[in-house]
Formats: sequence, C-alpha cells, structure tokens
Amino acid sequence: MKNAKLLTKGEIAFRRLSVVVLGFTSLIAILPFILIFMASITEEKSLTQYGYSFFPKQFSLDAYKYLVNQISTVGRAYLTSIGLTVVGTVGNMLLTTMFAYPLSREDFKYRGIFAFILFFTMLFNGGIVPSYMVWTRLLHIKDTYFALLLPNLLMGAFNVLLVRNYYKSNIPASIVESAQLDGAGELTIFWKIMLPLSVPVNVTVGLFAGLAYWNDWTNALYYIDNTKYYGIQNMLMRIMENITFLTSGQASRVVDTSAITVPSVGMRMALAVIGILPILVLYPFLQKYLIKGIVVGAVKG
Amino acid sequence: MGILELNKKKRFTDLKKNLPLLALTIPGMLYLLINNYFPMFGVFIAFKDLDYSKGIFGSDWCGLKNFEFLFRTSEAGRMIRNTILYNLVFIILGTVLAVLVALLMSEITHMTISKFYQGSMILPNLISMVIVSYIVYAFLSPETGLLNAVIKSFGGEPISWYSKKEAWPFILVIVQMWKTVGYNSIVYIAAITGIDPSLYEAARIDGAGKFKQIFRVTLPQLKPMITLMILMSCGRIFSSDFGLFYQVPQNSGALYSVTQTIDTYVYRGLMQLGDVGMSSAAGLFQSVVGFLFVFGANAIVRATNKENALF
Repeated sequence: MKNAKLLTKGEIAFRRLSVVVLGFTSLIAILPFILIFMASITEEKSLTQYGYSFFPKQFSLDAYKYLVNQISTVGRAYLTSIGLTVVGTVGNMLLTTMFAYPLSREDFKYRGIFAFILFFTMLFNGGIVPSYMVWTRLLHIKDTYFALLLPNLLMGAFNVLLVRNYYKSNIPASIVESAQLDGAGELTIFWKIMLPLSVPVNVTVGLFAGLAYWNDWTNALYYIDNTKYYGIQNMLMRIMENITFLTSGQASRVVDTSAITVPSVGMRMALAVIGILPILVLYPFLQKYLIKGIVVGAVKG
Repeated sequence: MGILELNKKKRFTDLKKNLPLLALTIPGMLYLLINNYFPMFGVFIAFKDLDYSKGIFGSDWCGLKNFEFLFRTSEAGRMIRNTILYNLVFIILGTVLAVLVALLMSEITHMTISKFYQGSMILPNLISMVIVSYIVYAFLSPETGLLNAVIKSFGGEPISWYSKKEAWPFILVIVQMWKTVGYNSIVYIAAITGIDPSLYEAARIDGAGKFKQIFRVTLPQLKPMITLMILMSCGRIFSSDFGLFYQVPQNSGALYSVTQTIDTYVYRGLMQLGDVGMSSAAGLFQSVVGFLFVFGANAIVRATNKENALF
C-alpha cells in the first residue's frame, strides 16, 4: 500500500473512482451553501421573478447594505450571539475541565461516586417539562440572558469524559506527584500544569461548546419571549415564522399585517450567510481538533 | 491514642487531602444538580393534574390519568411510529452511506484533496437547524424555490411543498443524510486507518482485487465499530432531532401526520397548547423507554465485546 507503483490496475482505477465519487459528494455537501450565498448577492427583482438560482441574472449588494442599515436590530442580535458564545464557551471549558481533573485522579476518594453522578445524566433525563419548570418556576430565568446561557449547554457529561480520558492517558501521574512534592497545591497543579498540558483537548471542548452556543435556538424558544434577547439564530427563526404566517393566509384574518415586517428574500439569505460566517472562517483552523474529538469521543465517550 | 481518635484523625487527613479536589468539582456538581437532577426528581409532574394557581407541589395527584389520556389519542401511536421509523431509516441508510464514504475516503492519499473533501462533507453538520431550514426553503419555497423553478422549466406545475405531506418522509431523510453522513463517516475513516496493513499485503499476495480486499479485510475489520455505532443509535431510537422535525418543515400543520415525533409533541403540548399533563406524560414515557433501550443496547455490546461497553 505504501508504494503507489505496486498497485494493480484495478486498485488504481478504484482510487480514481474514489476521487471522482467523493468529489461529487463534497459538491452536494457545499452546493446548498453556495445557493444561499448566490441568493444573498442577487438583485431583489430578479430573485422574486426567477427565484433562487446558482447563476443570478443580476448581482447586487443591496441586501448587505440593508443589513448594515438595520444595525440596531441585526447588530444587536449578532452581538448577543457573539457575547453568548464567548461567555458560554469559556464557562463550559472551565466547568468541564474543573470537573474532569478530580475524576482523572486515581487517589481522589470520591472519584467513583462523582463519575457515576456524571455518567447517569447520559442514561436518563427528566425531560423537557420538568426542566422547563425548574428553570422558570424555581430559578425564574425567563427573559434574562441567563436563559440563553444556563439550560443544557454549560456542561455536558460527554465533554467531561473526553477531558478526563485525555488527562488519564496523556499526562503521566508522575508529573502530578512531583509537583505535589514541590509543594504545589491542587489548584496550582490544575491551573499551571493540567490545563497547559492539554491544549488539544481544550480546543476540542471549546469547539464543541462554541458550536453548541452559536447554533442554539431552543433555549430562546423555551425561555425568551422578549425579542431583545434574541441572538442571530432566533432572529432568523422569527423571520421565517413571520413569512410562513403571512403566506399561509391566516394573517389577514387575524391581525394587521403591516405590523409584521418581513425582510426581502435577499436580505433573509444575507442574514443566513452571516449566521454561518463565523463557522466558515474559523473552521479550516479547527478541523483537525474537531475530527480528533469526534474519533476519541465516539470510541470511548 | 485510642483507635477511635486514630480513625477520626485518618478521616480528617483524608478530607483535608481530598478537599481541594472536592472544591474543584463544586461548580460542576451544582450545575448537574440543577440542570439534570432537579428535572429528574421533577418527573412526578406527569402524575399530577397541574394547576398553576395551586403551584406544582400543591396540584392534585391524578395517578396515571395523564398517560391514559395520552395513549387514548390517535396522536400517541402516530408520534411513536414516526419517531421509530425515521430513526430506523436514519440508522440503516446513514450507516451504509457513512461506511461507503469512509471506504472511498481511505483510498484518497492526496492530503489536500482528502482534507478538503472531508471538510466539505462535515460542514453541513456544523450549522444550526434554523439555517438548514433556510437552505431547504431555498429549494422548496413555492414561489421562488429552485425545485419549482426546475419543474416549471420542464413545463410542470409548481408544487406547494410545505403542504405536500407525501414528500416529507423523503425530504427529511435527504436533509438528515446531507447533514450527518460526512460527520458519521469520521469514526469509520479512523477505524480503517487503524487496520493492520499486513492484512492487505497478505490479501494481495493471495491475488485479492480491490473489491475482495474490501469484503474480506476492510468490512470484517470494521464490523465491531459498525456494531457499536448501530447499537448506540438504537439506544437513542426513542428520541428525535427536534430541529429537524420542527424547524425544517416550518411547523406546518398540514405535515403533522408525517413530522410529529415525541419531541415535537412534547414541545407543542407544553408551549403551544398548554397541555402540560399529556406533554409531561409523553416526556417521561420517552425518558423511561429511552433508558431501557440504552440499557439494553449496552447489555448487548457488553455481551459481544466487554471493552466497548459504556458501563
């Protein structure tokens, strides 16, 4: 397998076939993205007349210009998403690694019970209704930024186990022991030794957490009524709901439709594009950490 | 010193030694308590006739009435059927396609090409279902959608996709495959990379062609991984991706019969219909059956290969 010259004719043909077939598959994966990008730079009139197309008849950046003019609403939602993602990711990484470190220590007395408490959450959950009651009736987070940050996303068993396994298999116990001999406390060891020595897994966890926060729309669906707390995903969701509402013909009967603003087709697509943009920009740098995390997590998560 | 005092002292040093580590777990434990364990204890709501004016604890117990009501509706059978059938198709088709992609992917030795291919194929998995619903809308929109434009250009009648329920089982399967196949192939690619090259050498010396190598070496070597992944998916056969079934069909009422799953039912009951009783009954039913499935799946993994078992 090492030397390409030794391959038989059939094997070479199969390799070529693989390149072609997967090239086609990759195209299917990314064409829809190109379609909405093309729609976002298509002139509005040709959009409504000819519909979405990979080859727009007339280009225009009006949709993006319009977005810039809507900075008070769009900008606010975008900043909310960015702020939430940053705070959420940092919080998640802290909670995850802090919980994972004691679990990785063979000499931690309560390791077994804590690991079980963590693990059990992967097997059983109370479901949406009790969760909703806890967050709204007990902790009253409805219509606060906490509603976006706290439910479900701040720490998950999967990530904790990922980090714990990394600590256990990649950082020798002797390092911890010698640090202890030098008089370092547990907090120092965690902060100054474990965290810096586990950069790859930290990036993976941060990536999972960041994606989860950036893409989340369910927390706001359940816990936010006031649209000023909406991030970009929920803003997109609301716009789509309004369109469905208007086109379904219910609107004229129920309410004054002029109160509902629906952006142009092009502007909607421009919004979707900027919703994906951060992922597209960061992804090439982070791809290998993501893949590593998935592989390790799937085998033993 | 008496033995009691010694014990006390040992316990004290034990605690002192473990205290800093214990302190590190506090934020996480607190979070698990609130986010996971409070709701677990809250499942009793399903056995109550919830009345907000009396409060959750003050509401009357109603035994299994919520469950009786739930299972008397035609809704119950439909959402369970949808959840399981979609999952079965996703598992079978998803596994076949992911393994196929992995087989082809492992043939590509050019690093840049393989990285680009893999990157492109994972990308759909990284975006939210809201964005996916926009993409689907770009194809299916009755007035401006690409699909209707194509139909029209061939002289056909445009179709209003968001009320054509026969089409949605296919649409949802296609969307799910588009979103997950690349992502799911990652573990299989890694597993293929880990296969001992000498096995292929031996097969080639015996004159095995590419297809024989795949069927005699690669697939048998992948079998444990495939089994494991399928069993793990079976453990989740009772849950569905809420976004796929709610967001992508745009909550269209005309499509409920083919898009209603347990998760969308629970959401609609709680947030839109105000039917907390049946909603919580459905949620608890899902959690308990889901738990049994995970347990069962794990028992099977354990019986076949102890190392791969979750617990």
